[in-house]
Amino acid sequence: MDYEIVIGLEIHTELKTKSKIFCGCSTKFGSPQNTNVCPVCLGLPGVLPVLNEKVVEYAVRVGLALNCEILPFSKFDRKNYYYPDLPKNFQTTQYDLPICVNGHLDIEVDGKTKRIGITRIHMEEDAGKLVHSGATITSSDSALVDYNRTGVPLLEIVSEPDMSSAEEARAYLEKIKAILEYLDVSDCKMEEGSLRCDANISLRPQGTTKLGTKAEMKNLNSFRSVQRGIEYETARQEEVLEDGGKVVQETRTWDEGKGISLSMRTKEQANDYRYLPEPDLVPVIVDPEKVAEIRANLPELPEARKQRLMADYGLSTYDAAVITVSKAMADYLDESVACQADAKLVANWLMGEVSKHLNNDSITIGQCPVAPKQLAELIALIDKGTISNKIAKTVFEEMWTSRKDAEVIVKEKGLVQISDSSEIIAIVDGVIAANPQSVADFKAGKEKAIGFLVGQTMKQSKGKANPDMVNSLLRERLQGN
Amino acid sequence: MELFKYTAGQLHEKLVNKEVSAVELTNAVLGRIDAVEKDVQAYITQTKEHALEQAKSVDAKIGQGQSIGMLAGIPGALKDNICTKGTTTTCASQILANFVPPYDATVVEKLMAEDTIVVGKANMDEFAMGGSTENSGFFTTHNPWNLETVPGGSSGGSAAAVAAGEAIWSLGSDTGGSIRQPAAYCGLVGMKPTYGRVSRYGLVAYASSLDQIGPITRDVTDCAHIMNIICGHDAKDSTSSNSIVPDYTKSLINNIKGLKIGLPKEYFVAGMDPAVEKAINKAIEQLVGLGAEYTEISMPHTEYALSAYYMIAPAEASSNLSRYDGVSFGKRVEGTDIIDMYKKTRSEFLGSEVKRRIMLGTYALSAGYHDEYYMKALKVRTLVKQDFDKAFANVDVIITPTAPTTAFKIGEKANDPLAMYLQDVCTIPVNLAGVPAVSIPCGFAGGMPIGLQIIAKPLAEETLIRTAYTFEQNNDYHKGFATMGGK
Repeated sequence: MDYEIVIGLEIHTELKTKSKIFCGCSTKFGSPQNTNVCPVCLGLPGVLPVLNEKVVEYAVRVGLALNCEILPFSKFDRKNYYYPDLPKNFQTTQYDLPICVNGHLDIEVDGKTKRIGITRIHMEEDAGKLVHSGATITSSDSALVDYNRTGVPLLEIVSEPDMSSAEEARAYLEKIKAILEYLDVSDCKMEEGSLRCDANISLRPQGTTKLGTKAEMKNLNSFRSVQRGIEYETARQEEVLEDGGKVVQETRTWDEGKGISLSMRTKEQANDYRYLPEPDLVPVIVDPEKVAEIRANLPELPEARKQRLMADYGLSTYDAAVITVSKAMADYLDESVACQADAKLVANWLMGEVSKHLNNDSITIGQCPVAPKQLAELIALIDKGTISNKIAKTVFEEMWTSRKDAEVIVKEKGLVQISDSSEIIAIVDGVIAANPQSVADFKAGKEKAIGFLVGQTMKQSKGKANPDMVNSLLRERLQGN
Repeated sequence: MELFKYTAGQLHEKLVNKEVSAVELTNAVLGRIDAVEKDVQAYITQTKEHALEQAKSVDAKIGQGQSIGMLAGIPGALKDNICTKGTTTTCASQILANFVPPYDATVVEKLMAEDTIVVGKANMDEFAMGGSTENSGFFTTHNPWNLETVPGGSSGGSAAAVAAGEAIWSLGSDTGGSIRQPAAYCGLVGMKPTYGRVSRYGLVAYASSLDQIGPITRDVTDCAHIMNIICGHDAKDSTSSNSIVPDYTKSLINNIKGLKIGLPKEYFVAGMDPAVEKAINKAIEQLVGLGAEYTEISMPHTEYALSAYYMIAPAEASSNLSRYDGVSFGKRVEGTDIIDMYKKTRSEFLGSEVKRRIMLGTYALSAGYHDEYYMKALKVRTLVKQDFDKAFANVDVIITPTAPTTAFKIGEKANDPLAMYLQDVCTIPVNLAGVPAVSIPCGFAGGMPIGLQIIAKPLAEETLIRTAYTFEQNNDYHKGFATMGGK
C-alpha cells in the first residue's frame, strides 16, 4: 500500500533577551555553572515570578512574522512534572490561551510552494541542564545540575501536521530559523540548543484524510538529524504497517550516532501534567496599539530580502534564495556590495569558496575570518586584472588563515598577474617549441590541444600569466606560423 | 503593668518620651519568653541576640534625637513561613528544618527599614495547613488563655506569642482564616488584607491565589500602624495591587453613624456554639446602638465555599509544594535513584495533613477529574465572589462570627479532619472572594475569647479599621490579658 507521510513540528527557540523570563538573571550562554542564578530561578521557597515584557514583545514579533493572530488576552499555566533540572518541579508555560494562534508559513520544495499552518506560539521557561558523571545517563551513578539555563525564555512554535516529507520538514525548519534570525530574537544555534525541534510523525493510506497514530520524535539536534530522523521514522512505521502491525503512540528519541530511534515512553507511560493556571502571574494583556507598533517596526524578512536581491542586484532566484537563508550571509553580501564589489561576484564567492571554508571549519558566516570589505578588495583585484581567478583562490586561502588583506598577500608573495604581452610571448614560444605534437594536433584541427598548451603556459608562469592573454597570444602565434 | 503587656502604640510613646529604652523593652519581652515559652511553645526559632543588637541601634537613634518609625524598637514575631535572610525559615516542616533563606521577604524588608525588632519565628501548622498548630512538624503551641486548648491556626504561634506577652505584635498569613481564627481564639485583632494589598514575595506559598500576609495585634490601633508599613505595590509580586496605600491611622475614628451592616444568615451554621452566636448578636445590637444600620442578607453560595476551597487550595498546594524534593535545598533521604530519593524524602519529612492535601490537589487536577473537580471549584469561587459583590452593593460591611466555637482542646479534633475544616467555614469565603476582613474580640465564653469578623469590599480596609476601632473603643474585651493559668 502507498502511504502518505504526515509531519508536524514543534520548534523551541531560546529568545536572546538580556535577562531571563521571570527574573533579572543574565541569559548568557557558556557562563560558569550556576552563576546566572537567583532565588527566583532556583525556585527557592517564597519566590514569585515577574514576567519580562521583552519576551512578550519578541513573541508578538514572531507571531506577526508567521502571520498569526495575536491574542489580546493570554495567560500562563503550570505544567507539573518531576525532573531534577526543573527546580520547582513545574514549568511555567502557556496552555489553553497562548499568545499567538492560527498562523502560516509558505515553504518551497522542488520549486513548488506549500503553505504550512502554524497552530500556536507560546511563551515558556527553559529548564536547567543535567551534567552526568558518566559517559551516558545509564552509566552514571550521579548527576549535577547547572541552573544557568533555568528560566531562559523560550518560544514554542507548533505547526499543523501539514508536511509530507522530510525535505518539507527541513525546509520549514530552515525558513523558521531564517525568520527568527531576521527578527533578531534568537541566536538559533542548534548546537547550543537555542533552536530545538521535535517532530510528530504518522502515516496514513494515500488518499485518506483520517490521521494515523503518531510517534513524537525528540532529540533532533541538527538539520541533518531532522531529515534523517524523519526518514528513519517513516520507514520504520511503514514497515510496521506493511507487516500488519499497528503503530504505537509513543515518544521516541533519535540517536544521531547510530542513526536509529528508540522508544522513550508510550502514551500509557506519559506524564499527566495536571495543568493549572499560574496563580503568581497576572494575565498577559497585549494592547492592539502595541501590536501595531511592533508590526510597523518589523525588520525585512527573508522573502522580502530575496526579492530585493533579485531586483537590486540582478541575482538569480536560486542564488537569492540560497544567500537569504542566512541573514548573516545576506548582510555579508550587502556589506561587500557597499564596498563597491559586484553583487553577483560576491554571491558566487559566498556560495563557493566562503561556504566551503565555513563548512570545513564548522563555523558560521558570523565567525568568518575574511571580512566583507576584504572580500570586496579581493574581487576588485581580479576585476582590475591584478590577479587571476585562480590566484585569487590561493590568496583567499591565505586570507582565511592569516587574516591579512588581499593586496598585502599579493605583494608579499609576488602574485601579481603577468599582463605584459612580451613576457607572456616569451613563455608561449617556449611552450610551442617544447610541444611539437600538440602544436601539430591543433593545426590538424584538434581544438582540444590548445587547452593543454594553455595549461603548460600557466604552469610555466606559476599561474601568474593573465589567462585570457595566454589564450589569445597562443592562437596568434600558432595561426601566424 | 509589665512592659510586655502594652500595645505597640503605647510603647512607641514610652520610647519617644525616653521612659523606657528599646533594650529594656526587648529584654522585658525576652524575659517573658524565658518565663513562659516552655508552656506556650510559640517559637520555632528565637533571634534574641539579633533582637538586642537591633534594639541598641534604635536606642542610638533615639539618643541622637532622630525620629523613629512607629514600630521601631518594638519586639514582634514573624510566622515561620515568612523568609528571613540568614535565619532558618521552616514553615514548621521537617523538610525545611535546615532551610536558611538567602533573602528577606518584602514585608521583612519593610519592617527592617522601620527598625522593627524581631524576636523569633513563630510556630504554625506545617505549610499553613491547619487550624490548631497541631499539624506543626515540631510541636503544638498552647493557647495562653487556657494551655490545654489550641491557639488556633495556622498562625497559632504568631497569635499565642502576642497573647502571652512573648511579642508585642506579629505577622501571620491567611489562606482560609489562618490569621483571623487564631486571633479570635487568642483574644486579639487579626486582619487579612485584600488579596494583593500586601506583597507575597518571600511568603512561602501554600495556595498562591488565596494567601495573604497580615498583622496580629492587641488592638486596632496597632493593626493600623502595621498595615501602614506592610501594604503597597511590590515590583517582585505581579499580583500586588497598584492602588495607593492610605494612612490607616486616619481611620481610627470612633464613629460609625450611618454604616450599613449586613448579617448573612448562611454564616450561622449548625454546630455553632450558642455562646458565640449570642456574643455576635450582642455586638450587632451594640453597633446599631452606635448609629449603624443593619439588615439580614443572603449569600446563597456560602455552603459550597468550603468544598470549593478544599479543591482549589490543595490543587495549588500540590504544585507549590512539589519543589520540596531533596534536590537543591531542604532535607534529603538518599535513594537508589532519583524517583526513590523523591519518594523517601517526601515520605519522611512531610506531615500527614500536608500529604493529605497534596493527594487531594493532585487528584483534583488529574486528567479525567480536572473539569469535574478543579474547574467546577473555580466556578463556585466565581459564584461566591458574586455573592460578595451583590452584598456590597447594599451594605458597607458584613459581620459574622470568626469561628463557630471558641478554642477547642488540644487533640479534640486531631483525628477528624472534617471537623477541623469546619472551623474555617466563616473565614474561607473571604479568601475565595479576595476581600479584606478583620477579627476582633467581642466577648468570652467559658473564659475563652470570641472573635467577631468584619468583612468589607476590596481595598476597603479603612472601613474595617473604623468599624473595628469604634467597637473596640466602646468595649473592654481587648484590655484583658491572657491568664496563663496565673503565670
